[in-house]
Amino acid sequence: MPVRRIDQDHTRFRQIVDGRIKRDLKKFVSSGELVGKQGDRFVTIPLPQIALPRFRHGTNPSQGVGQGEGQPGQPAPGQQGDQPGAGQAGEEAGEHELEVEVPIADLARILGEELELPAIEPRGQKQLRTDGQRYSGISRAGPNSLRHFKRTFREALKRQIASGQYDPDRPLVVPIREDMRFRAPKPTRQPEASAVVVYMMDVSGSMGGEQKEIVRIEAFWIDAWLRHQYRNLEVRYIVHDAEAHEVDQHSFFHLKESGGTKISSAYELCWELVRDRYPASEWNVYPFHFSDGDNWSSSDTTHCVKLLRDSLLPHCNQFCYGQVKSAYGSGQFKKDLDAAFRGEPKVVTSDITDRDGILPSIKAFLGKGR
Amino acid sequence: MANLTPELARLRDETCELARSYGLDCYDVIFELVDHDELNMVASYGGFPVRYPHWRFGMEYEHLGKSYAWGLSKIYELVVNNDPCYAYLMRSNSITEQKLVMAHVYGHCDFFKNNAWFARTSRKMMDELANHGARIRRYMDRFGQGTVEDFIDVVHSLDNLIDPYAVLGQRLAAPAAPAAPPAADAGETPRLPAKDYMDRYINPPAYLQRQQERIRSEAAQARRFPARPERDVLKFLLEHAPLESWQQDVLAMLRDEACYFAPQGMTKIMNEGWAVFWHSQLMTRHLCDASEIVHYCDTHSGTLATRPGQLNPYKLGVELYRHVEERWNKGRFGPEWMRCDDPEQRRAWNQPTGKGREKVFEVRRVHDDITFVDEFVTPEFAEEQKMFVYGRDQQTGQLVIVDRDYTKVKEQLLTALTNFGNPIIRVVDGNHGNRGELCLAHEWASGDLQLDQAQETLKGLQRLWGRPVHIETIAEGKGRLLSFDGKESKAQDVTASHPAVGRVGFGKKG
Repeated sequence: MPVRRIDQDHTRFRQIVDGRIKRDLKKFVSSGELVGKQGDRFVTIPLPQIALPRFRHGTNPSQGVGQGEGQPGQPAPGQQGDQPGAGQAGEEAGEHELEVEVPIADLARILGEELELPAIEPRGQKQLRTDGQRYSGISRAGPNSLRHFKRTFREALKRQIASGQYDPDRPLVVPIREDMRFRAPKPTRQPEASAVVVYMMDVSGSMGGEQKEIVRIEAFWIDAWLRHQYRNLEVRYIVHDAEAHEVDQHSFFHLKESGGTKISSAYELCWELVRDRYPASEWNVYPFHFSDGDNWSSSDTTHCVKLLRDSLLPHCNQFCYGQVKSAYGSGQFKKDLDAAFRGEPKVVTSDITDRDGILPSIKAFLGKGR
Repeated sequence: MANLTPELARLRDETCELARSYGLDCYDVIFELVDHDELNMVASYGGFPVRYPHWRFGMEYEHLGKSYAWGLSKIYELVVNNDPCYAYLMRSNSITEQKLVMAHVYGHCDFFKNNAWFARTSRKMMDELANHGARIRRYMDRFGQGTVEDFIDVVHSLDNLIDPYAVLGQRLAAPAAPAAPPAADAGETPRLPAKDYMDRYINPPAYLQRQQERIRSEAAQARRFPARPERDVLKFLLEHAPLESWQQDVLAMLRDEACYFAPQGMTKIMNEGWAVFWHSQLMTRHLCDASEIVHYCDTHSGTLATRPGQLNPYKLGVELYRHVEERWNKGRFGPEWMRCDDPEQRRAWNQPTGKGREKVFEVRRVHDDITFVDEFVTPEFAEEQKMFVYGRDQQTGQLVIVDRDYTKVKEQLLTALTNFGNPIIRVVDGNHGNRGELCLAHEWASGDLQLDQAQETLKGLQRLWGRPVHIETIAEGKGRLLSFDGKESKAQDVTASHPAVGRVGFGKKG
């Protein structure tokens, strides 16, 4: 089937959409509006600015002509507003914001390009899996139907220039047998490796709504990136105050507790989980911990450091600690971690002061390609 | 390339024969059977799969594809005004739907061929658009896709600024500039001939003063550029903006395309109404057999369903044609009918003349939506169709019925149809402030401009014009002058008595 024109235009449209997302990535990340519109494999992104501007009247004319029953003063029939309970919904008939669906994989790719994230070199067995063949390679032999005209022409041009046959006044380029280039199938390889992400979050009283929202946005992007890198990704959630529990995603982001903070409890639970379920020989393990940096006592911090050094770190690809700034947190824990693990490449810490800090923090966590 | 199944080909011949027997006069129609994806593709290109490459079409395609996949919308039919007419049939339609679509298509085709507003549209548009496509592709190869695409984007954001009425008259060829009026001597004011002793009465000082003012304003008018406000902004840019030759060519092509599509916007109600009028005739009298009638009614009523807040052109159009046909069949026209204002008598009026069919054919030939509504939406029609004006209740924010008064309904309808709901904008000054700046004026009629969009549009306009650009408009009852000088956007209040605002306001209705 020949390439259809519409496919070219469609590709061009997607390129433009990609370009817009790239340009506004920071805005999208810090506003967090993508996270709320997340589907299974797609994210819906509002892009009203992609439509061309025009001189036009306001979109919501206050008057119009309709047909139907009713007396003056009564609601116009058939509008959604007059169903009970619908309230103000659906009033802005005819006004729809331009929204574009973007696969999460594309978002991850854009994120990777923007932050210049290196591809992760998976640990353990580096089985490569061949995932179909695509004609993206070039070969010197092949059937005529697969001839690559541009490449062939280029080769012929190169040869003629090199051999002095090329005459700019009479630019005649004749390819010979050796110049021929053909499209060739090229196996695309993907790692078969699996990964697990363990998110741990401090839900003690000092972590407020804004702090949790920051964690939520950051977790979304980390997920997207790791999913892009691993075919098989599992995500586990642990919350802790003075003790730790494993929870599902929804409770992870919405749970509100109070009380003290004992970080070691989370690390212990995480370690148990990793030890029992995710042996390092088969899994790439990524623990992420978010807190505002307060810990119960310095002895507990020492315990944490010991747990990390002796148990978790040998099993993990990388341990990440993100410190979300809150009004109450002292921020001491990051300093302690930094002091204890100076020069240890597997421990990455980062300060997230506000939403604008999300991108740099993602860069810090994922920028090492581990 | 007709790829119809034998059954559909037979149906097509039958429908065509029927249509002709009713007096429909069509170009040849070439039907193509396509699947939904192909149909979406063709529809994205506005019916012309041969157009120039632009991402906008890709966006439309994605939108249509999604709407179809989610079951939100489905395109039944697509007809192209061309000789021969191209029409597309969806493969997945049932045979009843195919019948309906064919009958509908013949209605459209007759309308394209015979309505006066289409008289000057090119009937070889398929070829012309293919040529445009080839030329634009060549420019893209030469100057870069991005460069050409950016330029096209700018033109698109301005392509509602044409004069839709120019397609009728030969106004495209610029009329020769009228000979410069003889420079009036400063001291010499033309006087009416009078004998000396009567002069004081025949040429009183007030009269002389008026004459002087007139001469002065005429002289000022003649110095203006353009001499009269120019509705066709694209044409003005084509003639006067400092464009490179490829840009000029692209602008001219896109303007041609906008002009070609304009009559379809001007006759939406008439065109769709006409097609429905005929498909219902042909289907119910001939094409449908008894087993199909329910299916037909289901589809047909879907087409005519009216949601409040949106006027369904199919519904309004067909009802108007039927109303007209009935009126003329029953002799409800002419001076006697006009003079009669007894509702009882009017309701019972029946002088069989049998002129209805003839009348609707005449109507489809000479009217556009505005004159159609203006002429034939009568108090009886408005009442019969239960038409009302709705508006937003300030307190509840709900849309409520405001009025059922016929004059209000009609006024509202006509306002909405004026310039297809686009604002009317003219070039008033190509040498604004004597600094070569471009000034447009928005003739405020029914609503404010969207100011943020207007500012964005000005940026594109400025790129074409090269010098600062302005548009005068009225926002929230106050005169505003929006400007963009290449670096920053500005908006300032102007008094409504600003000369340019006062200057607009003649020119045709519509």
